[in-house]
Amino acid sequence: MGRRAKNKQGAPEPLDPKCLDLSRKRKAGNDLNDKETAPRPPKKLKKTGHVKTKSRDSIKVKAKEPVKTKAIPLKGKQKARVDSESSDGWEHVEEQANLDASLMDDNFNDLDMEDDEPLRGPVQEFQFSEDDDEDEVILPSKAKKSKQSKRPTKIIPTASNNSSDSDEEESDEDDPTTMANMEARSRALDAKAAAEAKLDAEELQQAAFNDGDDDLDMDEDEDEVDEEDRFHLPTAAEREEEKKSGGPDVHLVQRRMRECVRVLSRFKKLAQPGRSRSEYTDQLLADIASYYGYNDFLAEKLFLLFPIAEAIEFFESNEVSRPVTIRTNTLRTRRRDLAQTLVNRGVNLEPIGKWTNVGLQVFESSVPIGATPEYLAGHYMLQAASSFLPVIVLAPEPNERILDMASAPGGKTTHIAALLQNTGVVFANDANKSRTKSLTANVHRLGCKNVIVCSHDGREFPKVMGGFDRVLLDAPCSGTGVISKDSSVKVNKSERDFTLLSHLQKQLILCAIDSVSPESKTGGYLVYSTCSVTVDENEAVVDYALKKRPHARLVDTRLEFGREGYTKYRGKTFHPSVRLTRRFYPHVHNMDGFFVAKFKVEKKGKEHPVATQKVEVIPDGLEAVEDTEAAAFDSDEDRPYLEDAKRRRMKAKGLRPPPRTKPPQSLPL
Amino acid sequence: MRPLTEDESKTLFTKLTNYIGKNLIHLIDRKDEPYCFRLHKDRVYYVSESSMRLGSSIARPNLVSLGTCFGKFSKSGKFKLHISSLDYIAQYAKYKVWIKPNGEMPFLYGNHVVKAHLGRITEDTPEHQGLVVFSMSDVPLGFGVTARSTVDTRKMDPTSIIVFHQADVGEYLRDEDTLF
Repeated sequence: MGRRAKNKQGAPEPLDPKCLDLSRKRKAGNDLNDKETAPRPPKKLKKTGHVKTKSRDSIKVKAKEPVKTKAIPLKGKQKARVDSESSDGWEHVEEQANLDASLMDDNFNDLDMEDDEPLRGPVQEFQFSEDDDEDEVILPSKAKKSKQSKRPTKIIPTASNNSSDSDEEESDEDDPTTMANMEARSRALDAKAAAEAKLDAEELQQAAFNDGDDDLDMDEDEDEVDEEDRFHLPTAAEREEEKKSGGPDVHLVQRRMRECVRVLSRFKKLAQPGRSRSEYTDQLLADIASYYGYNDFLAEKLFLLFPIAEAIEFFESNEVSRPVTIRTNTLRTRRRDLAQTLVNRGVNLEPIGKWTNVGLQVFESSVPIGATPEYLAGHYMLQAASSFLPVIVLAPEPNERILDMASAPGGKTTHIAALLQNTGVVFANDANKSRTKSLTANVHRLGCKNVIVCSHDGREFPKVMGGFDRVLLDAPCSGTGVISKDSSVKVNKSERDFTLLSHLQKQLILCAIDSVSPESKTGGYLVYSTCSVTVDENEAVVDYALKKRPHARLVDTRLEFGREGYTKYRGKTFHPSVRLTRRFYPHVHNMDGFFVAKFKVEKKGKEHPVATQKVEVIPDGLEAVEDTEAAAFDSDEDRPYLEDAKRRRMKAKGLRPPPRTKPPQSLPL
Repeated sequence: MRPLTEDESKTLFTKLTNYIGKNLIHLIDRKDEPYCFRLHKDRVYYVSESSMRLGSSIARPNLVSLGTCFGKFSKSGKFKLHISSLDYIAQYAKYKVWIKPNGEMPFLYGNHVVKAHLGRITEDTPEHQGLVVFSMSDVPLGFGVTARSTVDTRKMDPTSIIVFHQADVGEYLRDEDTLF
């Protein structure tokens, strides 16, 4: 639909420069007829021919065609428009442009439709007669031509590879359409249309063929399809050219992406000989970046997270917004009561799932869901489903002391307070002072009386206060999981951002671990979460924390769903226990992309058993190579260097290092 | 963060008595846990002593809020009760007024309560008495002061004001920036 709207907008704009295209097209039509070739653009021209006739009858006939249900209402709309048709040229322009657009879409729909064809013939015949009359009326106005000039720009890019030749042929006849040559031209056009009707039918059959295959996602039959129809991967030079000419059409890109995915999934069988896998991948990446509007870096980063087909799903799901969900504030009401009152206000809702007993999913609402008296009275909080997870994993118990390190706007903080039933104390921290306003407002609105709001930098934390039973670190992140909410991420995140963020996250997670009290009787847990899907903000950070704080270990999140975290990713190997973390994806779980890890912080005295345990684990899980390497470092060769460093350190401290007698002796060793 | 001075306590308590009367004692002497009033950046917070002790380790510039904010002292020393105190006030309120569903939204947008929207009202409410506004389903929505005594309201026409608006829960959204 969005694409169609775009077309509509574009319609009136091109007037003079291309206004001769009408004649071109007709000419081209002639040429093509002579040649008896069947490129796709003429086929569409023929269709636009339909459009021009656009009498009520023809539309009706069209509408009767068993086209996709989606397309039909649209036609109705057009009909209404045609009914009110005025003789003004500009009106025509718009209508026709719209019709063009819709018919283009129909074309694409048609590819999916097999039973289209029987009706097609009659429709065209119907129009030929009318074509003439209407042309006479319309042609004198220049605007009329401009509308037709619109077509080639749309059609050519969507057409397959042969499209270029028709363009060249068109260009030679440029004289404007006059009353004199008009008749001849329209005849030519009709003839051409007739010829194309046949071709069209054939093509459609083929398309139907292809389609069946596509639905099954690469069938064996593919090979039987005409060799010419096979997908051609643009070479580097072609891509360069394409870029210069302002990028390809969306439909072309879409098709190319589909083909690339298909080829890459069965590369040996389907690839063009002589083209490498990376060429296909590069093309696919470039297309993803342009089609969904990502910058190249982020497109690649996200693409590499998934198998190819799934990656496309992921990108696709980032274009769709997630369902609106609310969390019942159990301090004020119960879910059933809340659902009842909201239903009475005209809100259509349902419990989210079995995994939470406070969440409600809102399907549609006749009132603004963020301004009902219940909302203002603090009976619920607007909160994404994924934001429930870290708190569920944290599982706070009454009378505990809990820290939420990056808490604004307070969805998770108030959830924790509700689970504590207003006992114990919750420290809600946020480094950004302006965001603490809304945090405080939410805390008060939801009636949380045990919350202390402060605005420290999270990295100061064990110094400000430590000894927490549980700590929740919902770290600042790139937001690659919530692209559907904030699509600015697509373009404004660079490699540097990721480096900075993961650095900050690593600092924060160490501070968070240090803030947890290992002596806690009930707790001693840290939950680390991000709304990002990239590995370097998630598993890499967790792995870093495990290495740096041997007394912390990962424990099961006790969530029944979600994917396991990566233990190996693109050459990086993480601690085997990293698989206990959980990942959530928009295309799999229909919630924002999310990551949750739960640590248990043991006493420092227990460090040794844990450390030894870790040593035991490593040889099991990983290659023994690392161990031998480590041993290699221990050789005597290093001793002089170590001593040198020691001397330097002592000097730096202002101490007098012992005379250098021994090092020279050890050097020859 | 510091305890309130004598004068400040007096101003605060007089204000609160206007709404909850003798029930004020329940706020000061709680059976479950000792609670206290604390002043921080002109705002008065009502907080349990255990929380207060923990909160005292947060430096003054970094502390934003603790417990429940009751309101703030103006520069001239007057006390303004904030909507965030509604929880406690509604719990102990002596006089209440219930408004009809069609009156909820106008009140939540900061308007006075007119007689047409009046659902129920505590009997024998005197004039200029602080009272809590509830919806018909007993959800506290805000507080205000009566314009007339209950007896007088009977004779008034439907568009006349019964309760002057003082604070409503809509302020959480409207005045988020100034409230805290």
